[in-house]
Amino acid sequence: MKRVLPIVVIVLTVVFVAVGTMRMSQSRPNTPEGAVHSLFDHAKARDWAGAFRFVANSKDVNRSDFESELAGRNGSLRTYSSLDKVDTAVLHHNANEALVRTALSYSSAVGPLRDSRDLKVVREGAEWKVVWPVQRQPKVPPQVIPVNYLRWDVVARGENEDWGAQNVDAPKVRITSMNAVEKDGGTVIMGEIVNEDTVPGFVTVNASLVGTDGSVIGEETSFDKMSHTLLPKEISPFRIDFPGIQLKNVKSVRMQPNSMLVSASADPTIGVLHQQLVTDGAKKVLRGELINQSGQTVNIPHVLATYYDNNGKVIWVNDAYVDKALLPMTPQPFEIAVRQDVAPNVQSYRVTVNHYSIARPGQ
Amino acid sequence: MRTRSVVLMLAALALSAAHVRAAEISVPKQVVAGKDLSVRTGGSGEATLILAGPSHVSRHQVRLGEQFMLKGEELRRAGRYIVVLEGGDASAAFFVTADAPSNVAFLAQPSRVPAARPDAVSGTAFVMDRYDNLVTAPTPVKFELAVPGTAAETRTTTSKDGVAWVRMPSGRREGPAQFTAAIGNVVATKRVVQQVATEPCNLRMRAKPSKNGILVETDPIRDCSGNAVPDGTIVTFTQVDGNGKSTVDARIKRGVARAELPPAERATISVASGVVVGNEIRWGGGR
Repeated sequence: MKRVLPIVVIVLTVVFVAVGTMRMSQSRPNTPEGAVHSLFDHAKARDWAGAFRFVANSKDVNRSDFESELAGRNGSLRTYSSLDKVDTAVLHHNANEALVRTALSYSSAVGPLRDSRDLKVVREGAEWKVVWPVQRQPKVPPQVIPVNYLRWDVVARGENEDWGAQNVDAPKVRITSMNAVEKDGGTVIMGEIVNEDTVPGFVTVNASLVGTDGSVIGEETSFDKMSHTLLPKEISPFRIDFPGIQLKNVKSVRMQPNSMLVSASADPTIGVLHQQLVTDGAKKVLRGELINQSGQTVNIPHVLATYYDNNGKVIWVNDAYVDKALLPMTPQPFEIAVRQDVAPNVQSYRVTVNHYSIARPGQ
Repeated sequence: MRTRSVVLMLAALALSAAHVRAAEISVPKQVVAGKDLSVRTGGSGEATLILAGPSHVSRHQVRLGEQFMLKGEELRRAGRYIVVLEGGDASAAFFVTADAPSNVAFLAQPSRVPAARPDAVSGTAFVMDRYDNLVTAPTPVKFELAVPGTAAETRTTTSKDGVAWVRMPSGRREGPAQFTAAIGNVVATKRVVQQVATEPCNLRMRAKPSKNGILVETDPIRDCSGNAVPDGTIVTFTQVDGNGKSTVDARIKRGVARAELPPAERATISVASGVVVGNEIRWGGGR
């Protein structure tokens, strides 16, 4: 009996490894979908060489570009995520080629990242291979970009100051608009906040919902639906969700903007170009391009969109992370899906960009 | 032999107690902080005098019937003191009052204030003597607020219960304003209140073609008092053309904000900073 259990475990291990290997090394996929799955199965296992074997146009595709397309580069969000799920649907199919819509889902620290692409698949003899879209990775030519950027440093009150010596005050911030709506059975508080001061601040917004009996029925703080570091005169949207609390049960809302003086840099400046609200199939999406106008790579761009109705009231705030890094002077597309119930009332919108960068030397 | 010793000791104790019971102590009702105090005692023999004050307790051997001087260094803290002769019921109380004003503890708020705002700066002065006792006697305190090189705003207020306070308008000029509180011509405590520019006034920009698009640049940005809006302030340029809307949140650098917008045949370009909206340019077409 003592020997049976280890033997069973070993046999099962061998069987599982063999099954896994057989699936991974489905070296001759005989369907277009099989080819796409084979490629992404290897990508999922970070076997880039294995994935590259299923590329039909391997002579035209740079191997490192292919790898960084799947694995990410420059400290982008893609580099911190992993391929989780691949769904395919054949859009078009004949004897020698097919078009396969591939929905990829990456898991990341900020939630799932979705990527959809229509891949052309061709038959090469007995097997199918994917025609990988040739996307030359933008390369920034070697250059010196002079940046006389501003930076604020804070010298706080010292230990040896007399007791009356004042500290530097936190920046003055003001909520300029606020709106409470009910979405998906929960209450959503949104609006805009401006840093009215001449120094940067780290800003948060707290909201407390007061019920009909006067008691506090919910308390939340803005999280990633706002820019927390606000430079002087910078405006940020905010959105605070209270899932499960219906608006009819809310008598009033208490808002508490908080600010803290922090060291900050005025760079980088990121332009948001060609913003358009377009229809994509049955849904509305806000598309545009981000351009980093400084010389520093922005590793993780975070796009925030504020939507207004025809009275200028904020009717929705949402966000999206871009999983590619913003290289200097290199446009990078972004897309944010707009809620179906909000889209018809959108009269105008504003897009701002949060950025997370690996600190440059000296910072 | 032993019995005789015990009897003698008890007799001595009884005699000593009788002396202390006979002791008296008297002090002035009030003394100024830091000044020596004369304590008069009655009776004879020696005793221990205990001094207990707001922040100080000490013991002294005194000869009863003689005058004893308490040093001023023991009486620096203002408040009620008690002197007691140990072992007896002779005690007296006196007050130590603050010395002449010689120092000001000064609180100034805020540390940063927009220029030309009425009642924007507040100052609170606590009048102290040289031992940091609050001087409760009414004392005129002179407050002065000025950016170097400009005329000072001055107010004089008389303290009440040791506290004087004032509200003053911020000056029209930006810069580190020196805020002082003084008693007479001797003491001045200095705080710095940074006066900063307010909202941009008459925000204007111009546009010209550039290598990669349209270069937009503001005129020097100033508030309505003529102060330069600080570098780093966000100025938003917005261009609306056939390709949609493009926005750049530029930072003021060296007094102006500039940005490069994408090329367009026809476009409407606007500029704003915070809640202040500037001029609008119609680019192309009927330009």
